[in-house]
Amino acid sequence: MGDPVNPEQTAVAEEEKPQTGSRRMVLNMGPQHPSTHGVLRLLLELDGETIMKCEPQLGYLHTGIEKEFEVKNYQQAVTLTDRVDYLAPLSNNLGYCLAVEKLLSLEIPPKAQWVRVMLTELTRLNSHLVGLGTHALDIGAMSVFLYCFREREDILRIFEMFSGQRMMTSYFRIGGLALEPPRGWQERVKKFIDTFPSRVDEYENLLTNNRIWMGRTQGVGRISLDDMLDLGVTGPMLRAAGLKIDARKDEPYSSYEKFDFEVPVRTENDVFARYLVRIEEMRQSAKIVRQAMDGMPEGPWKADDQHVVLPDREKMKTQMEALIYHFKIVTEGFRVPAGEVYQVIESPRGELGFYAVSDGTARPFRVHMRTPSFGNLQATSVMVEGTLIADVIAAIGSMDFVLGDTDR
Amino acid sequence: MADEQKPEGSQVPPPAGGEAAKPAPPKPAAAPAPPKPPAVMAATPWDSDLAREIKERFGDRVGETSTYLGQNFIVAKPDAAVSLLEYLKLEADFDYLVDITAVDWPKRPERFDVVYVVYSFARNERVRIKTYIPEGFKLETAVGVHLTANWLEREVFDMFGIEFEGHPDLRRILMPEEWQGYPLRKDYGILQQDDRWVRENLGIESGQ
Repeated sequence: MGDPVNPEQTAVAEEEKPQTGSRRMVLNMGPQHPSTHGVLRLLLELDGETIMKCEPQLGYLHTGIEKEFEVKNYQQAVTLTDRVDYLAPLSNNLGYCLAVEKLLSLEIPPKAQWVRVMLTELTRLNSHLVGLGTHALDIGAMSVFLYCFREREDILRIFEMFSGQRMMTSYFRIGGLALEPPRGWQERVKKFIDTFPSRVDEYENLLTNNRIWMGRTQGVGRISLDDMLDLGVTGPMLRAAGLKIDARKDEPYSSYEKFDFEVPVRTENDVFARYLVRIEEMRQSAKIVRQAMDGMPEGPWKADDQHVVLPDREKMKTQMEALIYHFKIVTEGFRVPAGEVYQVIESPRGELGFYAVSDGTARPFRVHMRTPSFGNLQATSVMVEGTLIADVIAAIGSMDFVLGDTDR
Repeated sequence: MADEQKPEGSQVPPPAGGEAAKPAPPKPAAAPAPPKPPAVMAATPWDSDLAREIKERFGDRVGETSTYLGQNFIVAKPDAAVSLLEYLKLEADFDYLVDITAVDWPKRPERFDVVYVVYSFARNERVRIKTYIPEGFKLETAVGVHLTANWLEREVFDMFGIEFEGHPDLRRILMPEEWQGYPLRKDYGILQQDDRWVRENLGIESGQ
């Protein structure tokens, strides 16, 4: 990788008039630049190698998901949420399901909640692994990427075992889970979680005391905490600036209050600190997965509400009523009482909020997603202005955004 | 799609045959009539010091202060929304603007809800501010209070065509800048697109 800014990938757009003896240049970084992790385009105004102005241009991945919610029924719309933040599909599933379940005042049985916690934490691992791997790759550490993807593969296999899908899982449904947890999942998860902490040590061996890594990340990408709060940044970036905030602790959902874990905080507020926060979050998530696995309650895995949840196959074969409910739910969906709700979860990237409005019919009247990447990305300009162009790559890597999440 | 569990067979077997012919469910119970949900949201008044203080301070510029499903919201007159945000930020510790969004109710005279969500780290509390505006009404921008309102308001403008007075850079943010129409309005069809833009910029007749 060497120099992360490959001149072939960037196009010089135009030159501006000379200013105080120097010539400013406008540079398009993206939308096809490999280091922007998707289709982000940064318009950089340069004075030599120093960035004078940075303007993110987004929308290349806008697919109108919020509009599409309005023509699906509530249960169908779960599949849309996968496609928002494609590195953390289960987190999105969870946020949406919790919002609608709140509107329905639906009680979710403990087993479903525990499975949800376990899988969303695996999702966090999955997302952090991709984030760390690609971030290191951008800065020139190729091997970390391969190590991270090795573990990610295990996680995706676990998702496949549960849901039949590796990425677009749609495994959480309104009222519980899509399917009963498969036979033998404990062994698979246990095998993974037994080895995972030592794998995190491997990443740390490769990076934490690596002088090149430290040189590229320490003191880079600074932005004051006040600016971050003003600009709507959430998640690991705030925690790397000393603010202990995590929706799992502050506004617990899906029984997170019953799990024992720490919220890692650093104070250096640079790219390196964000890296350390994410590394520690991985260890904590692994801890939560283990707790969820060991303490998995027995019992039903979907809510007991015949208006919302599909009946068991056995009941449908023997009971007319169950058959009728099945038919009604599948053909027209279920009605949700009129109202509105804002549900927050802690996605791997920060605060993910679902603002759902119901008008009493079987289709969402409006679903708005407050996505963490959108808020975090707005801080890019402030973060990189005045720094060198090579640091942009380190800075945006540390924000760990997903363009599907910003553009929706 | 709601039906993804197909453990055995694919279709529901007819209930005939097998054990004791039809399991005889009582006729009246067989008609599942879901209870009609109320057409309006059943919110209860929000009883707190903050709500009282806001009422006192803003008088009739603030409408109901309510709680629904444990979440608090304040309905404000359009001209009071931003001063309410400022008040909450400076004097009640609601220093974090989480989100701005809108909802289109085409049949209502005040067509749009504009919703602000604010959060307080100190109190660990969330409040929504809602304001109802007719089409063409220009809301005051909140950029002066929270910088993050910049992109959030651009998104609302992009999707609903709601303009914000005094916004430093009110352009489309997700859609192409020359695009005609506001996609999240209810009268914008799901298959609708700006044909001219698609023809000129993509060189195809339709993206559908």
